[in-house]
Amino acid sequence: MDWLTAVEWSPYAAGIGIGILSWFTWLISSKPIGCSTSFARTAGMIEKLFRGKKVEDKLYYREVKPEIDWQWMFVAGIIAGALISSLISGDFHWLWVPSTWQSAFGDNPWLRFLAALAGGILLGFGSRWAGGCTSGHGISGTMQLAVSSWISAICFFIGGIAIAQLIFKVIP
Amino acid sequence: MKNQTKKSQLIWGLIFGIIFGFLLQKSGVTKYDVIIGQLLLTDFTVLKVMLSAVITGMLGLHLMQRFGWIKLRPKAGSWGKNAAGGLIFGAGFALLGYCPGTIAGAMGNGYLDAITGGFAGIVIGSGLLAAVYPKLSTGIMKKGYFGDLTLPRLARINEWIIIIPLAIILALLMLWLETAGL
Repeated sequence: MDWLTAVEWSPYAAGIGIGILSWFTWLISSKPIGCSTSFARTAGMIEKLFRGKKVEDKLYYREVKPEIDWQWMFVAGIIAGALISSLISGDFHWLWVPSTWQSAFGDNPWLRFLAALAGGILLGFGSRWAGGCTSGHGISGTMQLAVSSWISAICFFIGGIAIAQLIFKVIP
Repeated sequence: MKNQTKKSQLIWGLIFGIIFGFLLQKSGVTKYDVIIGQLLLTDFTVLKVMLSAVITGMLGLHLMQRFGWIKLRPKAGSWGKNAAGGLIFGAGFALLGYCPGTIAGAMGNGYLDAITGGFAGIVIGSGLLAAVYPKLSTGIMKKGYFGDLTLPRLARINEWIIIIPLAIILALLMLWLETAGL
């Protein structure tokens, strides 16, 4: 069982595994692999804590109900699965500043925190605008040959490559 | 009974998620350096994982649909929704260095930038979109609407005439990445 405790698998093996997993999410749950809707549901659930039931009347939350569903549990499972995988391989580390960031911007955790916060806001906003993320559009939608998902996935990478070049090649 | 199926589906969601998180972590894409490496075009792990998943999933799902076992649901979209939203997503992707799925994996991996600012940011951003959604959904999101169109319907040909060549092209792309040492 050495493969279970290996730090890294071939990206092709992991990718084929994800493809096979998607067969079973469709067969058993009739669901595509996806993640970003759950962040919107979480935002709605938090808003409900402060503003009560009337949050459910918002147009967006009428379409995306602020409640725990299949995908929300799926995303919670990702945290657990990555934790298990990294613990049994010894690849679990508490880390504030990743090395690529550090080599360009130093090891100040606050700067990295603010960048992650700002990046997260754009990512959350953009994923709900596009109606999906790297999993929902990028993997599940492209494999269904959806035009919406191919456009989204290509734009994720066009935007990502352009801004990454700006951040790491132009700014420092 | 209906409640029970709903409950068992929540458990299935959790189980599938654990497997997905395990695979993401093993492939390396729960790491900031790997994702930024992809966007800087120095590390092609993300693309290799995605393309192998897409080829495997595409072949299996369309076969299962042909057998009548499942009914696929391609998402409806428009240029204003998918292109504009996709580019904003891309900017966030580059600044954060994780996406909504891999950030959950990064949290399990112990990465504190993901657990704190990154996670909070995605929730805030999603909430902001919900706040402006009434305006966007009747405005820019309607621009260039094409519905739940798929590539075979767009080209008006049998789906397998797209699926087989596409699987071959994506596999050749990965083969080329390997021979180029990327």
